[in-house]
Amino acid sequence: MGCMSETFIMIPGRTSKQGCGISEGKYGENYQSEITTLQVAPEDMERLGYTDGDTVRVTSEFGQIEVVVTTAKGDELPPGLLFIAYGDLSSRLMGGDTHGSGMPTSKGFDVTMERI
Amino acid sequence: MSTVESELKIVTDATCTFCGCVCDDIDLTVDGAHIVEAKRACVLGKAWFLNHEVEDRPHCLIEGQPATKEEGIERAARILADSKYPIIYGLSDTTTESQRVAVGIADWIGGNVDTTTSVCHGPSGMAFQGVGEVTCSLGEVRNRGDMIIFWGSNPAESHPRHFTKYSLMPKGMFVPNGRKDRTCVVVDVRKTKSAKTADIFLQIKPRRDFEALWTLRALAKGVSLDPERVREDTGVELAVLEDVMQRMKAAKFGVIFFGMGLTMTRGKHCNSEALLALTRDMNAFTRFVAKPNRGHGNVTGADNVVSWRTGYPFGVNHSRGYPRFNPGEYTTSDTLANREADCALIIACDPMANFSQPAREHLASIPYIALDTKVTPSTRAAKIAFSVATYGINTGGTVYRMDDVPIPLRPATESPHPSDYEVLSQIERRVQSLAASR
Repeated sequence: MGCMSETFIMIPGRTSKQGCGISEGKYGENYQSEITTLQVAPEDMERLGYTDGDTVRVTSEFGQIEVVVTTAKGDELPPGLLFIAYGDLSSRLMGGDTHGSGMPTSKGFDVTMERI
Repeated sequence: MSTVESELKIVTDATCTFCGCVCDDIDLTVDGAHIVEAKRACVLGKAWFLNHEVEDRPHCLIEGQPATKEEGIERAARILADSKYPIIYGLSDTTTESQRVAVGIADWIGGNVDTTTSVCHGPSGMAFQGVGEVTCSLGEVRNRGDMIIFWGSNPAESHPRHFTKYSLMPKGMFVPNGRKDRTCVVVDVRKTKSAKTADIFLQIKPRRDFEALWTLRALAKGVSLDPERVREDTGVELAVLEDVMQRMKAAKFGVIFFGMGLTMTRGKHCNSEALLALTRDMNAFTRFVAKPNRGHGNVTGADNVVSWRTGYPFGVNHSRGYPRFNPGEYTTSDTLANREADCALIIACDPMANFSQPAREHLASIPYIALDTKVTPSTRAAKIAFSVATYGINTGGTVYRMDDVPIPLRPATESPHPSDYEVLSQIERRVQSLAASR
């Protein structure tokens, strides 16, 4: 029970809170809480029996992070997609290869998620 | 009351350098060393100006120990001049004048110069070289744009004044009724805050931007398509895309602003190329332009300066004595993750927080010099860290808005710390003499 992990698509991105946090200081509370919170679609939260504040382990082909989940607002996220603000943790999921482009695949990659 | 007011300094039309909008209409109220009001600034601009404080830190730390600026410059110059594969990276949050000096250093030491563009719109830079760029200034968008499309970009969070100052709300010469005269389409995989302002929101399947763009290209040419296949490929009904294409053709002046949704997702430069090709195609029917929404305050300046100094916009290598461009090889994610670089000069950016794990591990293992206004993971792990003044708040100079329009800075307060320009110029002079003595 609870050990099943399923695949989601991860979309790291900019948020205005994360942007403000850069100016306030990266070691400040606002920035740190924004970049360590994972948004999950309401349907997925309900289906998986998660509640806001649960800690999950998110694993990509290249890395693993532990983050706190929160329900995405309204219909911002469709089921199957996860969102996290850019930062130290989101970068840990990226691979080093850029496929000849200079850009690591930083959005829209597969991850698994399980509650811990 | 008059005495209180006389102590306050007002700086009118100050320039905000937080994002690529580079708003130059901000009125700052300055009380001593603090900015207490930033009129007209957005939430990001207010955070930028009002949180500004000069931290009481040494100008320079060498291996974590306080040192003089001169000692730091000497050590930095020697590290750079003695290395086999030095790289210079960052530059999107500093002045054009500093960027110019940084390219000079790369030239003297036979190193790489790369900017945060490579992990931003670098793929779009590659696509521009493939299909060209149909472009315009933001002033033209404001005065003419009647069909505004945002693709994989969320300006409501990343560029909060984009809509009100440039793209949607303004009443312009040929769009006198402002928002009412414009049709707004947002294309994204998430229903972002920006999507809520759109007349039409196309929620496409993740990783299907390329397919959706090529579907629109086919529709522009009048190719008949299978509705089921289109739904399967893009997540959007064919009829909806046909309607959007109809509106695009009927527009007088169409604009597509695009963002990291395209460049950071699988396909990368191919996604940007598809969008630029669609834009080019549309010019058979009406006027259409495409513009990347640029993130950092002077990332556009970095592209311009590196281009006019080397002929290429980013990812440039000087090891043979002339510039060579090869994204995927000379770009910093690669030179670090492939463990090639043996020292680095990091200016106004934070790769220790933003890069992949293998890239960070390698950066941590080589001697590097970091210039930043604040303490960041990158300054903490640097061999030599310079505390520098903040561009636009403490120092003057020039930055380029996201539409390549250069804008002067109007500083508000002084900093005890040197500017990037000062530190880099001194490093350049020193590496120049070290290079000459060999």
